[in-house]
Amino acid sequence: MTQPGILELLSFGPDGWGNILLAGAMMTILIALSGYATGAVIGVLGAWAKVRGGPVTRLVADVYTTVLRGIPDLLVIYLLYFGGSAAISAVGHLFGAEGFIGFPGFLAGMLAVGITSGAQHTEVFRGAFRAVQPGEIEAAIACGMPRWLRFRRIVAPLTLRHALPGLGNVWQVVLKESALVSITGVAELLRQSQVAAGSTGLPFDFYLIAGGIYLAISTVSSAVLHRAEHHFSRGVRRN
Amino acid sequence: MDWTFLQETFVSLISAVPLTLLLAVNAIAFGAVLAVGIAVARFSAIAPLRWLAQAYVFVFRGTPLLVQLFIIYYGLSQFPAIRHSPLWPILREPYWCAVLALALNTAAYASEIVRGGLLSVPFGQIEAARACGMSRFMIFRRITLPLGVRQALPGYGNEMISMVKATSLASIITLMEVTGVAARIISESYRAIEVFVVAGAIYLTINFLLTRLVQLVEFRLSPHLRQPVAVLPAIIEGEAH
Repeated sequence: MTQPGILELLSFGPDGWGNILLAGAMMTILIALSGYATGAVIGVLGAWAKVRGGPVTRLVADVYTTVLRGIPDLLVIYLLYFGGSAAISAVGHLFGAEGFIGFPGFLAGMLAVGITSGAQHTEVFRGAFRAVQPGEIEAAIACGMPRWLRFRRIVAPLTLRHALPGLGNVWQVVLKESALVSITGVAELLRQSQVAAGSTGLPFDFYLIAGGIYLAISTVSSAVLHRAEHHFSRGVRRN
Repeated sequence: MDWTFLQETFVSLISAVPLTLLLAVNAIAFGAVLAVGIAVARFSAIAPLRWLAQAYVFVFRGTPLLVQLFIIYYGLSQFPAIRHSPLWPILREPYWCAVLALALNTAAYASEIVRGGLLSVPFGQIEAARACGMSRFMIFRRITLPLGVRQALPGYGNEMISMVKATSLASIITLMEVTGVAARIISESYRAIEVFVVAGAIYLTINFLLTRLVQLVEFRLSPHLRQPVAVLPAIIEGEAH
C-alpha cells in the first residue's frame, strides 16, 4: 500500500476526508459560538449580581466564579453529559420509557462550555463595568435619561468597549475548550479527526491537520477581534 | 444523602490525587525550564532563534491541548522510526506522553508570562549591574531573572492552576488520575452529581493550597515592598534597659 499524500487525504472526493473535516470544523465553530453565547448571558447576569446584587446574590456569584475557575472543564462536561443522561432517563421512567436515554452531546457540550466560560465572562464584564467613568453615568443622569435609556446608550456600549479585549481572550479559550466536547461523541473537528485517524491508520497526519484547522480558526478570529477593537476605540484618545 | 457512597467515592478519588499531583509537578517543572529558554530566545540577537520561539508560542497557544496530546500519544506511534528508537519506552507510556504534552503546552503560555516579567525589570537595575562590572550571564542570573520572576509570579500562579486543571485531560489517554477515576465511578453508578461534588472539592482544595503557596513565595520574594517591621523600636528599647 502506498502512503496517500496529504492533498489526497484532504480532497473532497469519495476517498478524501475534506468534507468530513470541514463539517467537523463547522460543528466546532457552532459549539464554540453557542457555548460562548450561553457563557455571555451567564456572564452578564453574574456581573450584574456581583456589582448590584445584595449579599446573597453576590455570595452565589462569588462561589460560582471561584468554583468554576478551580475545577477542570472536563469534569463539568462529564457532569452534564452523564448527569443529564441520568436525569432524562429518570424522567423517561416516569412516563414508562424503558432503559437508558442519552443526553444529546451537543447540548451537554454547549452548556458545559457556557457554564465554564460564564465564570470568565463574569469577571470580564465586571472589570469592564468598573472601568466606566462615574462621570459619564452622572452626565447621563444630569441629562435626565431614565434608567433603561442610560443603560442602553451609555453603560452598555462603554462596558462592551472595555470588555472587548477580555471577551476576545475568552473566545480563544472557548474555541480550544470545544475540543473537549469530542468525548461526548459530537461530530466536531477533533472527533472527526479521530474517526479519520482510526480508519486510515494515520493519526499523526490527521491530528496535525486538525491542529492546523484550529490554528487557522483562532488566527482568523483574532484578526477579526483586533479589527473590532480598533473600530470601537475610534473615540478614544491615544497618548 | 447517601453518606456511604460519598465516603467510598472520596476514598477512591483521594487515592488518585498523587497521580494528578505528579503530572502537574512534572509538567510545571519541565515547562518552567523550557519557558525560561523560550523567553530568553525571544530576546535573542539571532533572528531565526527569535522567530522559532515566536512560532512555538503561536502554535502551542493556538491549538487545543487535547490535539497536542493526541499528536504525541497516538500520532508519534505512526512512525516506525520512533517505534524502534531508544525513546520508544518513554513515548509508549501514556504518563510520559501526558507530561510531555502538558509541559510543552505550559511552556508556551509561561514563556509569555516570564517574558513580561523580564521586560518589567527597570533598566536602571541592569545599568547598575553593568557599572559594577558584572558579566552578561551574571547580570541575568543575579539581577534580571530574580527580579523578573518576582514580577511574573502572580501570572505564573494562574498558569500553574490551569496546569492542575489540565492534568484532567490525561484521563482521556487512559490515565487514572482524579478525573479519570471520577469518570469511571460516574459511568458505573450514574450518580454524576455526587461524584462531581467530591472530585470538584478535591480540585478546589489543591488549587486553594497552590494559591496560598504562591502567595507565600511572593511574600518572601518581596521584602523590599513591605513596611519595615513595626516591632523593631520596641526590641531596641528592650535592649536599652
